[in-house]
Amino acid sequence: MNNFMSGVSDALVITKRQLQQLIKVPEVLIFNTIQPVMFVLLFRYVFGGLGQGIPGGYVQLLMPGIFVQTVTFTLAATAQGLAQDMEKGLIDRFRSLPIARSAVVMGRTLGDGLLNIVVLMVMGIAGYIVGWRPTSGTFHIFLGFLMLLFFGYALSWCGVFAGLISKDARVVANVSFLFTFPLTFLSNAFASTTTMPKPLQYFAEWNPVSTMVAATRQLFGFHNTFGVTAHSYPSEHPIVTSLFYMVVLMAIFMPLSVRRYKNANNK
Amino acid sequence: MKSVIAQDLVKTYRHGEVRALDGLSLEVEEGTVLGVLGPNGAGKTTTVRVLSTLLKPDSGRAVVGGIDVLAHPKNVREIIGLSGQYAALDETLSGWDNLVMFGRLYHLNAEQARVRATELLEQFSLTDSAKRPIKTFSGGMRRRLDLAASLIIRPKVLFLDEPTTGLDPRGRMEMWGVIQGLVRDGVTLLLTTQYLEEADQLADDIVVIDRGKVIAQGTSDQLKSKVGGERLEIVVQEHDLDQAKSVIERISGSTSTLDAGLRKVSAPVKSGTESLIAVVRELDAIDIHPLDIALKRPSLDDVFMSITGHAAEEASDE
Repeated sequence: MNNFMSGVSDALVITKRQLQQLIKVPEVLIFNTIQPVMFVLLFRYVFGGLGQGIPGGYVQLLMPGIFVQTVTFTLAATAQGLAQDMEKGLIDRFRSLPIARSAVVMGRTLGDGLLNIVVLMVMGIAGYIVGWRPTSGTFHIFLGFLMLLFFGYALSWCGVFAGLISKDARVVANVSFLFTFPLTFLSNAFASTTTMPKPLQYFAEWNPVSTMVAATRQLFGFHNTFGVTAHSYPSEHPIVTSLFYMVVLMAIFMPLSVRRYKNANNK
Repeated sequence: MKSVIAQDLVKTYRHGEVRALDGLSLEVEEGTVLGVLGPNGAGKTTTVRVLSTLLKPDSGRAVVGGIDVLAHPKNVREIIGLSGQYAALDETLSGWDNLVMFGRLYHLNAEQARVRATELLEQFSLTDSAKRPIKTFSGGMRRRLDLAASLIIRPKVLFLDEPTTGLDPRGRMEMWGVIQGLVRDGVTLLLTTQYLEEADQLADDIVVIDRGKVIAQGTSDQLKSKVGGERLEIVVQEHDLDQAKSVIERISGSTSTLDAGLRKVSAPVKSGTESLIAVVRELDAIDIHPLDIALKRPSLDDVFMSITGHAAEEASDE
């Protein structure tokens, strides 16, 4: 228990360091919020016409899509942060300290999660301004955001692993982005999957981004008209499927990342 | 008592093709400084990484402060300080923030961490820059701060991996001053370096390593006498060469080498400055005025040439 508590306090020191960085280099936080807000505005007004017939308009379906897309990018952010620490030799220094092997990666993922809270709040406000009106009531809206945070957290652990195996922060950031960016578009986030070629449709239906988007649409009180074509399991049960994906991701990448950290640079 | 023991350490890469450590053994007596001298790729960093729990060797034994490194790495981490080749700090944060963070990670409470950070910044003359982000620091300041971070818990054993590599002469002198201060306070130190002069300045004992093995060890004087110590070199007018040669041979008591093209006579000398003065006096008395005169100290290359028969640069890459 004592070990556990000191592990938690070590992790919090690492998280605090990350928040200090945000204060010292506010550009990071500003860029992290401006980019999704810009997406909100662009999609809202460029593709707004797509939503004819959707109750409340396109923006009701768009917002969950952009929320999910934004938290998906956490993967790249975490990966880049850890790869930078590797490059600078900070990971080696941390590994020479008498702290829990999980503390650094726990602290990092928690920090990136906290950053997501701020970003989602700003985006929620921006969404409200451009007409997004969730109808499900406070509790379900809260659950929706909680799920978004949890999804970002799970992906953050994939980012930890990517960051620790890479040797170059820029490369890993670009690779993670190249991997996650199409994932967010091959989904029901911005347009209906019905019009995609068949194989893509199947991919889009099972894509965790789609299940997350569908789940949050449901929790925010909108009928997900952008992806119920194949009557596949994920499109009919998006919340359960999303939770399943998150648990699987964390079950794989948490132990893998901690192990990787333990043996980082062991060559 | 031995504070550090490394026994037959072996570490190979690429399925045994590259032997970074090839049966390396060394010991550091408590309260003394061991200089590990070797060229790039000799295995210096690998040795430090094994002893500081960062790297598991394929075989061999390592004991630090009486604790088995492989069996109880966490206990070892509680008594060591490590400062690597590159300043491993958070560049966006200030020196103060870095030291407080590392203090907290060494499990000092918030107040203790602040007190210790203040002390260390004072000790390393960094108080004035304490609140500036590290990225604005000079190379020498970064290294000093990095060293400060490794001293937070007053470690029993300190490992410094090439503490002055990449620093300008001034930064190097400052760093030497700081390390000499620690040595006076009685820290047990293992220090790696590529510079014989640095080992000479800072270390009680020196081990010379090459290709993952210790190839020579002893005090700085012992190693130098092995290499032949200092050489005295004189450049004179061409018609003075013969006389200069006989003077230098008489005083040094050894055979000289003559380079007629450069008009240079040189010979190994035992007590460098005394021989230098004697030779100058003697030449002056017979009215010979040297164009140039110098005492050459043996470099790492000379040590390597005499021990291994190959120059330091030829050593395999890491």
